[in-house]
Amino acid sequence: MANLANRKPPSLVFVSTAFVLFWLVVAAFPFLWTMWGSFKVEGDFFSRADWMNAITGPVTQRQNGSAFTGAGYEGAWVQQEFWRAVINTSIVVFFTVVISLTLGTLGGYALARSGFKYTFWLLMAALVFRAMPHVTLVSGYLLPFFELNIWGYLPTTIIVLVAINQPFTLWMLHSFFLSIPKDLDEAAMVDGCTRFQAFRLAIIPVMWPGVVTTGLFSFLLAYNDFTVTSMLLTQENATMIPKINSFLGSTQEEGKVMYAVAAVVSAIVPLFVLILFFQRQIVSGLTAGAVKG
Amino acid sequence: MPHKTFMAFIWPSLLAMILFIALPILSVGYQSLFIEHEQIVVVSENCGPFGCTKEASVDAEAMAELRAEQPAGRFNGLDTYSNASHLAFDEIGEIFATSENFGEIRNRIMNLPFYKALIFTLAYTFIVTPLVILLGFIIAIVVNSIPKLLKGPVIFFSLLPMLVTPLVGSLVLFWMIDSRGIIGAALQTIFADPSLSLKASPALTWVTLFVYGVWHSAPFAFVVFYAGLQTVPQDTLESAMVDGASRWERVRFVTIPYLMPLATFIALMQLMDNFRVFEPIIGFSAAASATSLSYLIYNDLRAAESPLFGSAAATSMLTIVGVIILLLPVLRRNWREFNRKT
Repeated sequence: MANLANRKPPSLVFVSTAFVLFWLVVAAFPFLWTMWGSFKVEGDFFSRADWMNAITGPVTQRQNGSAFTGAGYEGAWVQQEFWRAVINTSIVVFFTVVISLTLGTLGGYALARSGFKYTFWLLMAALVFRAMPHVTLVSGYLLPFFELNIWGYLPTTIIVLVAINQPFTLWMLHSFFLSIPKDLDEAAMVDGCTRFQAFRLAIIPVMWPGVVTTGLFSFLLAYNDFTVTSMLLTQENATMIPKINSFLGSTQEEGKVMYAVAAVVSAIVPLFVLILFFQRQIVSGLTAGAVKG
Repeated sequence: MPHKTFMAFIWPSLLAMILFIALPILSVGYQSLFIEHEQIVVVSENCGPFGCTKEASVDAEAMAELRAEQPAGRFNGLDTYSNASHLAFDEIGEIFATSENFGEIRNRIMNLPFYKALIFTLAYTFIVTPLVILLGFIIAIVVNSIPKLLKGPVIFFSLLPMLVTPLVGSLVLFWMIDSRGIIGAALQTIFADPSLSLKASPALTWVTLFVYGVWHSAPFAFVVFYAGLQTVPQDTLESAMVDGASRWERVRFVTIPYLMPLATFIALMQLMDNFRVFEPIIGFSAAASATSLSYLIYNDLRAAESPLFGSAAATSMLTIVGVIILLLPVLRRNWREFNRKT
């Protein structure tokens, strides 16, 4: 019976297949195109003569003897020291994820188990905080940070990213903990555990799916951040995204654009891998907030 | 859970939010009342063989001292809010008094930086959000009907535009729409206009940014709707079919009402995210024809000699007011629901 409801006339199948293909091209082609093009020279990737040049690469062939060149990557990673930005990003991302998950699980658990009215107000405040444009917050930080002389360091940025991340983490883990039955930790407490022991012994073993999903989004926020990192870090401490932006300003002359292209591709590849491995968790995380309302 | 245990669990998280979200908002409010110090000018007389010349120069030492003493600048009250680069009351009044027709009023208001940014931000928010919901819904319906084997790869590639950083995503598109890039060149061929450039005219830049916004956010709507579609009750669909509902009527009267709460959720998320549109403007180098509120703040803080804290803070305060107005309906709804539950 279910099959009958889903059976379609061939014309509809054709239209929907065509649409899916169209969407796939729209979504994926720009990235594949840029990845392919990052191995060419500028004369090919931005070809005045013929767009096919970006695929076959005649200028690249003339200049390098082969249709592919790693010149853009060499320029970005070695000459412009993109590797430094990669290390900075790793540090910032790692600590942001770990700290915000630690704070978030504790807070989210408390919010899910306390029935008092102030939990509602806290969650609403978190919602408003979540909506704050990050740059408005940054304009609040800059002057105090200058005064306290903590501007420009990685730990400052990590703490700020953790804080900006908290509202989202709290909401997500809050709704996740709501889905874990109350009986579980209450039974532990009846058996003589304190609240914290109950959390440690009964909740921590079963919370990992929710924590992994939330962690993915904390990762994305820290990895993708431009506003905070570009305003709060010095040139040497810059992470990948601000670094790419600084390439654009200083490298408009011939050939240097490819450095930025190579750097952009270098920043996209880890995300590719991430989606490959965690697609299911990302999808469930995106919908978690929606289903619970 | 007793209050004390609750506090024991939540205080680190609460402290972080108070220190780095609540206090900065207060700090912004405070800073917006101040303005940069006036330059201290010293006039020195240089007497040479051809007589004396008076030369005015900035006294750097005294300035540094003054800055150290009052880092926020000098008190300015609410003047920053009403000056020409923010709410511009005087200029608006003058425009209405001296302009002849609506077109002129519009053009002259669009020259005021704050209103230019506000109008773009609102246009972006309210044009991109519905389009995202619509496109996401269509993709979800269509993907739901393709063979299972293909669904995984389709979702994989669909997630890319959303998860890639806005700055990086917009750069990728920016290079493609360059007149030497593939899309730019293709458009020139299609419209047979070799001088066509998406970067040249403000209107086309706006459209480009909107298209980018939809491309970036549609996957989010798609994934949420797609997950929702898996839970649409099959019995209802089948009984609708038994009652003679066509394919379209089943979507219209069963699926759409069922997914309505999800649409609200997406709308809320999108309103919040689109209102702070900022990175695409940098990625597309579009600041000349389109600026947003967030971009104005960024630009003030990036000002060449020294950051314009006062001006940035005033724009920030106005942005925060905008966010709260945007969220009011949601907060009210949540409040009612919460009261119903308890």
